[in-house]
Amino acid sequence: MRKKTLYEIESLYRDNFRVTSYEFGKGKKSVCILGNIRGNEVQQLYVCSQLVKRFKEMEEAGKIKAGHKIMVVPSANPYSMNIKKRFWPTDNTDINRMFPGYDQGETTQRIAAGIFEEVKKYRYGIQLASFYMPGKFTPHVRMMKTGFEDIELAKEFGMPYVVIRNPRPYDTTTLNYNWQIWETHAFSLYTTTTEHIDKASAVMAIHSVLNFLAKEGIVDYCGHEGYISHVVEDTDMVSVRTRVSGIFESKVEVGEEVLKGQILAETIDPYEGTVKEVLESPVDGIVFFVHDEPLTYAKTAVFKLVVRKE
Amino acid sequence: MVKTIASVGLPVDEVLEIKKNRITPDKEVSGRKKRISIVTGVHGDELEGQYVCFELMQRIEAEKEKLTGIVDIYPAMNPLGIDSITRGIPAFDLDMNRLFPGNREGNMTEYIAAKIVEDIKGSSVCIDIHASNIYLTEIPQIRINELHKEKLVPLASKTNVDFIWVHGASTVLESTLAYSLNSHNVPTLVVEMGVGMRITKKYAEQLVDGIFNLMREMGIWQGETKEPRKPIISENPEDVCFLNASTAGIFVPQVKHWERLKKGDTIGHIIDPLRGKVLDTILSPIDGILFTIREYPVVDAGSLIGRLLREEILAK
Repeated sequence: MRKKTLYEIESLYRDNFRVTSYEFGKGKKSVCILGNIRGNEVQQLYVCSQLVKRFKEMEEAGKIKAGHKIMVVPSANPYSMNIKKRFWPTDNTDINRMFPGYDQGETTQRIAAGIFEEVKKYRYGIQLASFYMPGKFTPHVRMMKTGFEDIELAKEFGMPYVVIRNPRPYDTTTLNYNWQIWETHAFSLYTTTTEHIDKASAVMAIHSVLNFLAKEGIVDYCGHEGYISHVVEDTDMVSVRTRVSGIFESKVEVGEEVLKGQILAETIDPYEGTVKEVLESPVDGIVFFVHDEPLTYAKTAVFKLVVRKE
Repeated sequence: MVKTIASVGLPVDEVLEIKKNRITPDKEVSGRKKRISIVTGVHGDELEGQYVCFELMQRIEAEKEKLTGIVDIYPAMNPLGIDSITRGIPAFDLDMNRLFPGNREGNMTEYIAAKIVEDIKGSSVCIDIHASNIYLTEIPQIRINELHKEKLVPLASKTNVDFIWVHGASTVLESTLAYSLNSHNVPTLVVEMGVGMRITKKYAEQLVDGIFNLMREMGIWQGETKEPRKPIISENPEDVCFLNASTAGIFVPQVKHWERLKKGDTIGHIIDPLRGKVLDTILSPIDGILFTIREYPVVDAGSLIGRLLREEILAK
């Protein structure tokens, strides 16, 4: 295991801002795995820390195949994490909206450029990603349709789902998009949580990464095979939205099978405790996403359901 | 007449409302009336547009008989942001100017964005007033996506701003209010002026003079207006020189905003108050005029210190 500082800048009063990497094996740049970019992505950091631990053990046991280099970057943004801020401390910009970066530009453009210079040209790029909406996900691999996506490859993770979606204008400045443009096979791995550690889905993510690397001949690993991934287009999922705002009380868990007409949640009047709204499932499906904050706004997609087809 | 164009109930005993004020002529005007929409407050920390809205209405009311079209004023597109000194939409941590054209069937923020676009559609012209951010002070200027320059540069030239900056197209900017409205055939000018969290009265008054001039050209205003200043127009990226901090520290300027500089002039210093040292002296790399200057003193390596327009473009 080789620990390196990938990128570093000085601060006036804080310790230096450092992006640290861990390298395992020697040879061609086979896979790069990146954890948190936002300051609230604790689960993503945790998954990477556990991967570093596993790769160290595997390297010592000779289980990383000759000719392959694996790099793990647990955190691209320790500064924000240390002050519990999602974006860059000084100007609130998002490093994941700055790729491929610009080394003569503003601070987060420089950071993105510094990181991208090191993480590009890997054959595979895996980002432990998070969603902007507060909630719990069924673990999945997410890919953007850029023309470079390889769905069959994504299935090798053995995650329950592979989700495909069309890029939006702002996606062109994300790490995943730019990895793909620079011909890295890029995957975003979503586990259940972001701000809290969920060990079960973290373990699933670790097994998924190791399964993938084993199938691609990068490591020797013999864990359980995982799932036969169900491929679903983001637009094919059914959103269930609140009509009113209030206290949100979910009646189902993420990953649960639900029937058409089944009660999914209630929205409660925050003063009088009465039920303002009952949300029912419009389809037979599986709960893919569930809102997990105690309050909800009106018009919020509090559930995303994968439709079950007989 | 004040009207609510979008409303959504918040969780606890509050309704979020987006409001506009429509000012119409007192007397009947023949033919289809033209309409100008003045929009501001998309970013909750940008307040320069607040005084523009106020001043514009005061002046219209003082000579209301000269109004021959419709003026719609939207002072607070992001009221929760303005109230909480938050640039984006509080709770969602989203930049509202990356949500357009919105979605009526989408979540609360997308729904509000869609209702805003729906309401402004049909305007003859829209002016979206921004105030830079809390870090940089800007000279009154209009920024135009090169895709829309043929239509917008002639309009912008009437608004009494000092500078018109035609910039390259970018995919990210397709989700701005201005891009959406321009795509819906509402010519929309994006004004940047002043600095975040402050009001600069002289800039507001300068822009209001320009808005009246534009309204007169459009046939919305029959009163006297001031001859607008001739703006510097830049269409070439090479015209603008960016100054970024070389190191982290405290930036202390030595020049004034909108000052003409010679190559080698000292713009300011980055200092280290802990050690009492000057970490860097920022020199002007060209002959030109400083149209952007850093307002907020704390800088990281890469923080924008200022922008200069080259002397050659001033001479044109």
